[in-house]
Amino acid sequence: MQLDEIRESFAFFDSWEDRYRFVIDIGRDLPELPREYRVAENIVRGCQSQVWLMTELRDGRLRLTIDSDAHIVRGLIVIVLAAYQGKTPADVGAFDIEALFDELDLFRHLSPTRGNGLRSMVARIRHEADQAAD
Amino acid sequence: MTASSVTAGTPATRPGSHHAGQLDISGDFPILDRLVNGQPLAYLDNAATTQKPRQVLEAVRGYYEGFNSNVHRAAHAMADEATAAFEGAREKVRAFVGAADSREIIFTRGTTEAINLVAHCMTESIGPGDEILITEMEHHSNIVPWQMLCRRTGAELVACRVTHAGEIDLEDFYAKLGPRTRLLAVAHVSNALGTVNPVGDLIRAARGFGARVLIDGPQAVLHIPVDVRQLGCDFYAFSGHKMFGPTGIGALYGRAELLDALPPWQGGGEMIERVTIERTEYNQLPYKFEAGTPNIAGAVGLGAAIDYLGSLPRAELLAREEALVETAVNRLKQLPGVKIVGEPAQRLSVVSFLVETGHPHDFGTLLDQQGIAVRTGHHCAMPLMDRLGIPGTIRASFSLYNSPSDVRRLIAGVEKAMDFI
Repeated sequence: MQLDEIRESFAFFDSWEDRYRFVIDIGRDLPELPREYRVAENIVRGCQSQVWLMTELRDGRLRLTIDSDAHIVRGLIVIVLAAYQGKTPADVGAFDIEALFDELDLFRHLSPTRGNGLRSMVARIRHEADQAAD
Repeated sequence: MTASSVTAGTPATRPGSHHAGQLDISGDFPILDRLVNGQPLAYLDNAATTQKPRQVLEAVRGYYEGFNSNVHRAAHAMADEATAAFEGAREKVRAFVGAADSREIIFTRGTTEAINLVAHCMTESIGPGDEILITEMEHHSNIVPWQMLCRRTGAELVACRVTHAGEIDLEDFYAKLGPRTRLLAVAHVSNALGTVNPVGDLIRAARGFGARVLIDGPQAVLHIPVDVRQLGCDFYAFSGHKMFGPTGIGALYGRAELLDALPPWQGGGEMIERVTIERTEYNQLPYKFEAGTPNIAGAVGLGAAIDYLGSLPRAELLAREEALVETAVNRLKQLPGVKIVGEPAQRLSVVSFLVETGHPHDFGTLLDQQGIAVRTGHHCAMPLMDRLGIPGTIRASFSLYNSPSDVRRLIAGVEKAMDFI
């Protein structure tokens, strides 16, 4: 899913119901991570639900594989992937994801607690991009 | 009292409960009027913390506005007033838990600090070959301090199993309790499942082996009238904030002769009789365990919470709360795909559940959007979740101010969330 599609959809929403239905729906298309990768070293800490994250650098671009056992978090992962998937480490470093979250009003509507781990996920991706850039 | 006299699960047929409308105390709690996410608040996270009545808020404010001073030492009138209020609060706590002497009440930051105090002070009195017995349903605050004690001393931490219904496996308990058991530390009521444990029987059995017993009481004290002498426990720990009092204040009850025999914990002012550079003579109970300026405002607030509880028809309110919990359990069970986690014979305040189509976090978030506050996750009881083979639960926990409308909103909220997923 492209970032523009997400932006356009969010622009139309005027109720929390619409936002959540959309987030849950886009999460349904996220491929499930095979069980053998759902291991401790791939777990992102700081999430109430489980989030598994793997990164690799292929042809200078970041390949992210992320999954969660919660529907809403899977939807948030699709948004994070739209921002970061296939980008160079430099692009990841330069991208202002906080501005995107503000624009989508994600933290007001989708992050009542630290529980969904969106920030932990982003911090980990940025950290790994940083390391890959070195 | 013994757990068998607890009236958990009593249906709404008690005398008085048909006057439910007159038992509504929610008007005393200003926060319950607020909106959350644009919706009226349905507060069902009372096992995490309860809301505060106006009477408690006014007492705390009254202390700071009227007679804020340090206690016990100063030579002026306000300090006398503050000391009288602080020690008056200790006396209220003593009466509240049925202790013989107010020297047996140590003010702490809460239950966690109370348990840590006991665990720390036992360091010199146990060693290799000794055992601390807990259960798999304990809150982390009744596990980790004992693990730390065992690491320091070489003693062993033994955990009694919990059945699938969420009750202590008594057969396993009696198998694991023995002459090596130096201390039994067990929850009065499980924070994660609401199970009321048969603490009277457990205490008698443990004392039969000469073991000390600490009861972890924060989920019980608001609901069950506690009498530590009738229970026969050595220590009882609880928090003010789970019984309408402020955060940052709680109490440890300990039998005077045991507390007297324990070494002090933190060093500092208040806890001393006489200090030279070489050595210190410690103060008497309870001050020996209260180094530094205490949480005076918190103690005053806790005293006000006890007064407030004393002014309420507690038995009728508890019966009303029990009826709400029972209705919630029964209505949740009727929803497709909902599984109640823990079906104890005696339940208090808490219903934990799962919905097979989604993660607890999904439901917690979607309920929050509807103004319904619940808790999701492992509830600081990861060993219990491991034992039950689940990552966590959705937990709705009730207090004396909840109403049938809160139950209706919970059920409707879960149904609506199911429709999203």
